[in-house]
Amino acid sequence: MISEKDRKEQLKAIKKENARRYREYNRNKNKKVAESTYLTEMKDDSNLLEIEDLHTCFYTDIGTVRAVDGVTFNIPKGKTVGVVGESGCGKSVTSLSVMRLLQEPQGQISFGSIRFNSKDGKPVDIAKASIKAMEKIRSREISMIFQEPMTTLNPVLTIGKQIDEVLELHTDLKKNERYQKVCDLISMVGISNADRIYKMYPHELSGGMRQRIVIAMSLACDPQLIIADEPTTALDVTIQAQILELMRDLKDKISASIMLITHDLGVVAEMADIVVVMYAGRIIELGTTRDIFKDPRHPYTIGLMKSRPNMIGEDEKLYSIPGNVPNPINLPNHCYFKNRCESCIGKCNNPYPGLVSISDTHKVACWRFIEEEAK
Amino acid sequence: MSEKEKTLELIDLKKYYPIKKGVLQKVVGHVKAVDGVSFHINKGETFGLVGESGCGKSTIGKTIIRLTPPTAGQALYKGTDIFSLDKKSLRTLRPHVQMIFQDPYSSLNPKMPVGEIIGEAVREHGIVSDKDYREYVMNIMKICGLRPYHIDRYPHEFSGGQRQRICIARSIALNPDLVIADEPVSALDVSIQAQIINLMKDIQQRNGISYLFISHDLSVVEYISDVVGVMYLGSLVELAPKKELFKHPAHPYTQALLSAVPVPDPDVKMNRVLLQGDIPSPVNPPSGCKFHTRCPYAKPICSEVTPEFKEHAPGHKCACHLYNDGSWV
Repeated sequence: MISEKDRKEQLKAIKKENARRYREYNRNKNKKVAESTYLTEMKDDSNLLEIEDLHTCFYTDIGTVRAVDGVTFNIPKGKTVGVVGESGCGKSVTSLSVMRLLQEPQGQISFGSIRFNSKDGKPVDIAKASIKAMEKIRSREISMIFQEPMTTLNPVLTIGKQIDEVLELHTDLKKNERYQKVCDLISMVGISNADRIYKMYPHELSGGMRQRIVIAMSLACDPQLIIADEPTTALDVTIQAQILELMRDLKDKISASIMLITHDLGVVAEMADIVVVMYAGRIIELGTTRDIFKDPRHPYTIGLMKSRPNMIGEDEKLYSIPGNVPNPINLPNHCYFKNRCESCIGKCNNPYPGLVSISDTHKVACWRFIEEEAK
Repeated sequence: MSEKEKTLELIDLKKYYPIKKGVLQKVVGHVKAVDGVSFHINKGETFGLVGESGCGKSTIGKTIIRLTPPTAGQALYKGTDIFSLDKKSLRTLRPHVQMIFQDPYSSLNPKMPVGEIIGEAVREHGIVSDKDYREYVMNIMKICGLRPYHIDRYPHEFSGGQRQRICIARSIALNPDLVIADEPVSALDVSIQAQIINLMKDIQQRNGISYLFISHDLSVVEYISDVVGVMYLGSLVELAPKKELFKHPAHPYTQALLSAVPVPDPDVKMNRVLLQGDIPSPVNPPSGCKFHTRCPYAKPICSEVTPEFKEHAPGHKCACHLYNDGSWV
C-alpha cells in the first residue's frame, strides 16, 4: 500500500507526462508525412490486412490503459474474421485503430503496424499513414458498420442525402448518376421502393431498416474490407437473422472481407471463417471456426462456451467463470486470466505467455501448452 | 397443475396508450401495447415471457406493480385484485411484489450507499427491528454474493454484474413472493450473465419465490423458466411448459423465433424460417391473426378471423388457425 502523499505525487507525474505527450502530438499533427514512410510490403500477398504487434494506449489521468496490447492477426482476402470477447477486452479499439478513428491524442497507436493491401497495389501501413492518406482509405477501401443504427445516422438529413454524401466525397460521379447509384444501393440491401425511402428521415424507419441503410452506406464505394462492430446487438433475433443473411449475401456479391466484432458466440459460429478470441487487450486464442468451437484449448474460451445457456441443455447449474476482468491499469506481469483460471499450473507465475501453435491454423496463449511443446 | 397455489393470475389484461393530436389534445387512436393477456404463475415457479421489442412484455411487468394504470382486466395476487387496491392497501402489498430492472446503471441511486439502497425499504416496511437492521442487510448482501465491506460504498464503485447483484439484493430483502425481472441479464457479459442467473435460481430454491422473467433472449428463458409465454404485438400467441414449447413449438412465430437464434456450433446448419419484414405498428395491428403479414404459411382465413387462444394439450395453448388438436392442418 502506498501512502496518500506518494499517490498524489504519482498522479501529478502522470499528468505532466500526458501533457508533454499531447503537446508533441499536436506539434506533429499537421506536419507533412512523406509517402515513403508509410508505404510497406505485405508479408503474404493473399492477405488483405496484416496487424502485427499492435499496441494502442489511452493516456488517462490515473495511468496508462493498454487497451490493445500486442495483437497480431491477418485478414485473408474474401474471408470473414470474427473477433470475440467481453466488453472492455479491446475488440472495438482494435477496429478503431484500423480505421484510425481513435480519440487522439488521448488514445494513440504506440507501437506496431497495420499493413493494408490497397486497391492500387501499394500496401499502406495504416499505423503511420498521414491524415490525408487515411481520408483516401476510409470508405473507399475500408468501411465500418457501427452497433447503434440510430446514432450512426444523422437525424436531420434524409436517407438519400446521407448516402449521397459518401459518393460525393469519394467518387467523381455526376449528380444524376449518384441518385441512380443511391437507389441501387438501397434496393441492394433488400428495401423495396427506393425512391420513397430516399426522401425519408431515419426516425421514420424501424431498427432493422436503419441497419440496412447503414450497410448500404458502407458499401457505397465498393470497399475491400468491411468492419462490422456489433452490427446486430441492438436488433431482435428475427431481424438479426435477416441482417446476417444479408451480410453473407453481399460479401460474396462484392467479394469483400469482413472483420466482425461481437460478443455473441452464436453469431461468430455462423458467420466467421477465422475466429480471434481476446481477453484484456490480448489475443488468447486464434484459429479457424472449427478449431475454436470444436476444440477450444484456452481455459477462458472453454469457460465462455460453457457459460452460455444452450437450448438443448438440461437443468444442471450453469457454469460461470469466477471473478471479474482485471483492472486495465497496472495489469500484472503474468497471465491476466490466472486469478480466474481453474487449470492453473506452477508456470503460470511466469511472464505473460506468447501464442503457441497447436496446429497450422490454431494458436493459443497458455502456459499449459508451452509445457507440452517442451516435452 | 390446478392444485398448485397461484401466486399471480392475470385475467384479460389490457393497456392502451392514447395518441393525442392537435391543440385540444384530441385522442385520435390507441397504441394497443397489451391487448387481452391472461396467464398465471404458480408458487415457486418461473414464468418466462419472450417476444421482440415493442411486443408489450415490459408493459405487462410495469402494469402488474401499478407503475402505469391498466386499461382493463384484473391481476389477482393470491386472490386479491391488485388493480382495485387503494393507496394504503397497495403499500402493504408492495413488499410482496418486487421488481428488478434491466439496466443496473440507471436503476440505482448514485448518491446512496449500497447499505441504504438495500435497507431503505426494509426500514420503511418494518421488516426487522432497528436492532437487527444492519445485520439483516449484511446477511442479504452475503446471500447475493456481495462482501460485508461493500455496505458503505456507492454504486459507481461497482461493475455491472455487482450492480445487478445489488438490485437483486434490494428486491429480495423484503421477502417477496413474486419478483418481476425485466431483462435482468441483457446488459451483462456472457460470463457475468451465468453468475446472475445462477444466483437467481439459488434464491428461488431457498425462498420459494416466483419469478416473472421477461426477456428477449430465448436461451436464457429456456434455461430459467418452468412455463414460457410467447408474445406478439400485445397478445400471447403460445403458452406452454418449457420442454413442450422448445421441443414442439406449435405457432409459426415461435418456430421462427427459435430458428433465428444463432447456435455456437459451426456444423449445425439450421433450416431457418426467415421472417420477412418488421413487426407491424401496434397502432393499426393487422386484422385477423396479427401475425399473418409475416407468416410463411398464411392462408386466406388468417387475415379475416382472429384465431382463438385454445388449449391443444394439457397446459399448451396456441392461437393459430392452422394448428388443431396437436397437429398441423
